Amino acid sequence: MKQNSIIRIVVKLLMPFIILFALYVQFHGDLGPGGGFQAGVIMAGAVVIYSLVFGLATAEALISLPVVRSLIPIGVLIYAGVGLFSLIKGRNYLDYSALHAEAATGQHIGIFVVELGVFITVFASMTAIFYAFAEQQKQNEEDSK
Amino acid sequence: MVLQRSLVAVAILGSVYSFLAATVLMVLDAVDVAMTEAAVGAGLSTVLILATLYLTKPFESKSRRSVILPLVITIIVGGVIAWGTIGFPSFGDPMAPIQQHISPYYLANSLRETKVPNVVTAVLASYRGYDTLGETTVIFTAGIGVLMLLSRRRFKPINNKSE
Repeated sequence: MKQNSIIRIVVKLLMPFIILFALYVQFHGDLGPGGGFQAGVIMAGAVVIYSLVFGLATAEALISLPVVRSLIPIGVLIYAGVGLFSLIKGRNYLDYSALHAEAATGQHIGIFVVELGVFITVFASMTAIFYAFAEQQKQNEEDSK
Repeated sequence: MVLQRSLVAVAILGSVYSFLAATVLMVLDAVDVAMTEAAVGAGLSTVLILATLYLTKPFESKSRRSVILPLVITIIVGGVIAWGTIGFPSFGDPMAPIQQHISPYYLANSLRETKVPNVVTAVLASYRGYDTLGETTVIFTAGIGVLMLLSRRRFKPINNKSE
């Protein structure tokens, strides 16, 4: 698809808006529809469309496979870490009220951090799965040469 | 979709179907689910299916077995499921058990208890925090599982040029 200038330009123009929309869905999830899962998937979609149009190497320059690979567990660790933090504070596991002196504000902070963890894991998993498939294709093409 | 032998066309039709399902969910006011359906069902999974087809054959081979038994089983199971839905409360019924049980509590108290105006987010991340942690772990497992499966070949190259 490298020769098709219409697709290249449209994708190039749309990329910032897709990423902005993903971040909006992430950080506006408290008020409107959406949350970590949706935002992560949209963000991964941005990387996938970028990779489809500009090639795998360009997308890996944007965010490389080792980075994505290490981000997958980081999201889960953030989520579980919030739970551990409230355990250390002497509350129940995942009781966000421990995060702040005022219980409701603690809940708000907890939801925010937890959604961030979900976002990171979803985004990284989806991107990593796509990269794995794309690498396999590259491998096959090299084999057939 | 059933009569189609080209699997690429099936993948694209599946994507169209997901988009239609997303609009249905949108009409049902389930915006979060609609967003997920549009992004995952229509977008990412279609790309992954197409990538898989690129690695394998894009055409379905003719089945040697008869289709009659599977067809009968499908019709019976589908009929039983459809029959089971007759017992459901009618759509949007305010007296349905699902509206009576715990939803009123969430609607009344989630803003005060979590300071998050979106009840869906509050329920998912706070009241049902354990479930969401489990879901995140499932995605994590899926991610590392696929990575392990697909990157194994790099160390053990298979010579299938003759295929």
